[in-house]
Amino acid sequence: MEVTSTQMKHCDLVKAVGRVDSFTAPQLAETFRAITDAGRFKIVFDMSDVEYMSSAGLRVLIDVQKTAKKWNRGELVLAAVNPQVYSAMELVGFVPLFRIMDNPTEAVGSF
Amino acid sequence: MAASSSSKRFPGRFESLEAIREFISEAAREAGLSDREVYAVKLAVDEACSNIIEHAYRGQSRGEIECQCAIDPDRLIIVLRDQGQRFDPASVPEPDLTTDLEARQTGGLGLYLMHRLVDDVRFESDESGNTLILVKRRPALPSPESSAEGDA
Repeated sequence: MEVTSTQMKHCDLVKAVGRVDSFTAPQLAETFRAITDAGRFKIVFDMSDVEYMSSAGLRVLIDVQKTAKKWNRGELVLAAVNPQVYSAMELVGFVPLFRIMDNPTEAVGSF
Repeated sequence: MAASSSSKRFPGRFESLEAIREFISEAAREAGLSDREVYAVKLAVDEACSNIIEHAYRGQSRGEIECQCAIDPDRLIIVLRDQGQRFDPASVPEPDLTTDLEARQTGGLGLYLMHRLVDDVRFESDESGNTLILVKRRPALPSPESSAEGDA
């Protein structure tokens, strides 16, 4: 998995490419942590190239969402979630906890 | 007797997960499962192995995970063996999937997913370690009569 982040005008955009599992999830968590530690809590996660995600990755998303939404200071928005990753999110009841948009540009524009 | 079977050992650490998923995907595809089912089996085995590495081997490279795949006429059987600490699935509380964000706990998700992704999950433990058996039903093969009808 490769992960990059870009600071935009109104939010931060995180993009991961590859597979998120128990081995790679800590690297993803670290990327989000660098953003929230800097006091920025409006984040878009571009998942268009995340072809696989286990519960280790799903846990990272929940942790980030909890941090971001605290005191209404922000939100983690997911974009372009692959159907199989979406199915796993549905199984564990995560879908209602996120705004999920079709494309990252639209998600960035929503802030 | 299984129509086809394969077995491989992997070091019990998170770096092995990708290779384990590839090994399992190959067997699942050979068993004729759809892309969606292959993904489900791969995810169930990943969750199982992540639990083995995290709990049975305490996150350290303390042993191996033996993966065995057997393709029966009507199902794919995956057997995972480790030599780690005994695991009692009953000790893991079922996650509450309906609480709001602040109260949402993420423990037990892997075990819950496993049960939802495959048709049967069985645990056995003894002094030598743990054995986990995952079963996924294969699509029924068309009978000769129905395939003849299909061709007509």
